Amino acid sequence: MPSVPASSSETAAPAWRVVGTRPVRPDGVDKVTGRALYGADLSLPGMLTGRVLRSPLAHARIKKIDTSAARALPGVRAVVTSADLPRAADRIEDLGEGAINLRYLSDNLLAGEKVLYHGHAIAAVAATSASIAEQALALIRVDYEPLAPVMTVTEALKPDAPLLLADLHTDRMGQRDAAPSNVASHLRHERGKLEEGFRKAALIIDRRFRTETVHQGYIEPQAATAQVQADGQVTIWSSTQGIFAVRSQVAEVLGLPVSQIKVVPTEIGGGFGGKISVYLEPLAVLLSRHAGFLPVRLVMSRTEVLTSTGPTSGSDIRIRIGADAEGRLTAMQAELYYEAGAYPGSPVGAAAVVSFAPYACDTMRVDGYDVVVNRPRASAYRAPGGTNVAFAVESVIDELAESLDLDPIEMRLINAVREGDRRPDNLPLSKIGYVECLQALRQSDHYRTPLTGRHRGRGVACGYWGNWGGQSSATAVLNSDGSVGFNVASTDIGGSRASLAMQLAESLGIDYSQVKPRIGDTDSVSYNDVTGGSRTTFATGWAAYELGQKLSAELRQRLALLWEVPVDTVTRQGDGFAAGEKRVGFAEAARLACEDAPLMVSTTVHPKGYGAAFSVQCADVEVDPDTGKVTVLRYTIVQDAGKAVHPSYVEGQMQGGVAQGIGWALNEEYVYNEKGELLNGSLLDYRMPTACDLPMIDTVIVEVPNPGHPYGVRGVGEVNIIPPAGTLANAIHRATGVRLTALPMSPPRVLAALWDKSGYSPFA
Amino acid sequence: MRKKSVLEFTLNGETRAVLCEPQQTLLEVLRDELRLTGTKEGCSNGNCGACNVLLDGVLVNSCLILALEVQGRTLLTVEGLARSDGTLHPLQQAFLDHAALQCGICTPGFLLSAKALLDEHPLPTESQVRFWLAGNLCRCTGYDKIVRAVLDVARTQAAQPPSVSATPV
Repeated sequence: MPSVPASSSETAAPAWRVVGTRPVRPDGVDKVTGRALYGADLSLPGMLTGRVLRSPLAHARIKKIDTSAARALPGVRAVVTSADLPRAADRIEDLGEGAINLRYLSDNLLAGEKVLYHGHAIAAVAATSASIAEQALALIRVDYEPLAPVMTVTEALKPDAPLLLADLHTDRMGQRDAAPSNVASHLRHERGKLEEGFRKAALIIDRRFRTETVHQGYIEPQAATAQVQADGQVTIWSSTQGIFAVRSQVAEVLGLPVSQIKVVPTEIGGGFGGKISVYLEPLAVLLSRHAGFLPVRLVMSRTEVLTSTGPTSGSDIRIRIGADAEGRLTAMQAELYYEAGAYPGSPVGAAAVVSFAPYACDTMRVDGYDVVVNRPRASAYRAPGGTNVAFAVESVIDELAESLDLDPIEMRLINAVREGDRRPDNLPLSKIGYVECLQALRQSDHYRTPLTGRHRGRGVACGYWGNWGGQSSATAVLNSDGSVGFNVASTDIGGSRASLAMQLAESLGIDYSQVKPRIGDTDSVSYNDVTGGSRTTFATGWAAYELGQKLSAELRQRLALLWEVPVDTVTRQGDGFAAGEKRVGFAEAARLACEDAPLMVSTTVHPKGYGAAFSVQCADVEVDPDTGKVTVLRYTIVQDAGKAVHPSYVEGQMQGGVAQGIGWALNEEYVYNEKGELLNGSLLDYRMPTACDLPMIDTVIVEVPNPGHPYGVRGVGEVNIIPPAGTLANAIHRATGVRLTALPMSPPRVLAALWDKSGYSPFA
Repeated sequence: MRKKSVLEFTLNGETRAVLCEPQQTLLEVLRDELRLTGTKEGCSNGNCGACNVLLDGVLVNSCLILALEVQGRTLLTVEGLARSDGTLHPLQQAFLDHAALQCGICTPGFLLSAKALLDEHPLPTESQVRFWLAGNLCRCTGYDKIVRAVLDVARTQAAQPPSVSATPV
């Protein structure tokens, strides 16, 4: 890792030529004309259509699966069940946004002894048409022994609760409980003497919160195609956040060497963390192998997406915070119970770090519990775990501020963490821009404009996210016309071709239009972590920067040889190179340098200096006292981007994260009946925000450069989804006097709380 | 195998004929038979708008229409928005200029909805834009930049004499 150039230090804010501008994205024309190919758009000669049989029951033992009638149906080419999967190793694989136990992953792909949620995959079919595949599913007979479903933390923790996984024992920071349990693990972060801290408090607020299961809601359903060749070579086309994550998961669950698998990315229609784990890819491989090596394409229906992929945890949370009379926090305590779904792996670990991270307090304790329930296995969702806990913490901080008659921004400034302060897990924070964000919101037009009108209120909340670096690889090829082919393996989920090409252009000193980015497959680019953890523009951007420096150095060397001058006399000048009297533009330099030998450079980076992100948000709402409907009137996000490479796409990340957060806060939830059946498995009933539900979302980009990146970049993708629920809860409280402690704050819940407060009981 | 029928209709300005089964939706025929995959499938029950097309100028969800209902009629899909010389439709250009897409899967549907809106209301208010786009779900952008792009096209076109309107079909 080369050192960061001095010019990125905050004392001399550099004037970049490309970084900070707003060019059109390289893949833009393909995406507005319908030419871009997403997962379901792929078509191969002889391709078969796959379908998956899913459990109608939430919890049952599988006694027998009879696929004989399905196999006999004309047009059916393959049927697979868990019997076709090798027994996967009980091993943990870290895929970037959360670790995955491979045995559980395998059981999740095709249920073995038990089904653990409504929608759990049981068998997969490949046929010559979709309608034949669907008829075949109806011919598969499954005998179940139904078991009582366990749907919530409360039910799962009961002493006599049915056990989902007979061999699951609570891991208490390395110590394994003797008796099996639905609690997979208990973690604790602690510093200072908790009760002494609470004794110093003038005021202690102790509240309990509940949040419901929500889905990432990407518009493109999961889609994967696979073809196995007779020699065993496997090619997978996948709409995924990480082609290497797909390769390693498929290799592990199918017992194949990675060298036998090539993963080719398609365009991806949203992911938000939900397209890291595999669901369809191993099934497509098995089906292709059993179907005479024909390619098999599997595309999920929307209902399958909702019942069987994604969601992030519902949670039960207790927050207890003490403050002295001046508003300084004296002690903070959190108990976090996160529903992991059917298999361990909720984001409670990340939640424990997010919890009190914005607050400088030397006395705190955070307990986190990972609890299995009969819901789909939780997977990453934008800042996994953060929104739940921040809703609770920011509500309590707001209550403290109000009780102490402090402005909510002032309350946060009094207690704000700064560089060197420690997170709940005691890791110190590097250079951050949190105080700058709070100050920018206080000075914003929104915050300085008083809110008037009945049933209206303004709320403020903040959020911290650690971001991630990970490994990135990239290759640049210099063309003889001076353009640069740029191969990366980071899936472009929201404009990263632009932000990466811009950093290469900046580093190399050429026009953005001269960089031609391309997303490679696993055989064409070296190892690369997922597009997740807010890492791509940061870490793959690092790689782009390095490629520019390497290409530039190589060009200077070749020109020095041609011109017969010492290499250190060849310098960059204007848009080209010069040495003494000699001078060439960049394109001419490329032509000269590539005449005898093509020029290609590669790099792999693993940057550790990913700076943490903070977002501070403010919302004005109006609450309809007759219906309980909350209308968002105005919304402002302030976020530290370090350096916004392409400000439009930074704003887009901020607005998109907040829109998801508003949906989570006000309307989205999984609704189950007592049998554990999902009742709202469609986009009509799982209602995400539409254009009519949202106002314009104002953005303020704060730039406190991250010293760990050549252009000062820090990740921007995730932190924005953390504050909205707290922001809106606080706004609703100021509008109505009612403090809601459960998400979503949907009209029936808000109305019930209003009635409760006024003593009105319409059904009495 | 159900009996196939010949479907003839005008697609993006050209007469097309295709064999299709009676239960096939317009979306299936566009994507699977004609291989026009610019029209996307997000839910297959009319909730997300990713499959929006214009049928005789009217905005419809192609997943809710049987292909044979389109017999003899005129259809516009995202592939027909730009001119044949490659010049983008003003809405396409505005979506690029405003960064009104992130993943891009919902974009074709939004473009068709926005065209239907501007054909009906050349100078819409912000709430009219939001109303006309409410049948299209976008999970990436929060709609802000999409609404701005559509309003920008409306204002630009209103400021120009009608003869330079670049709207094809």
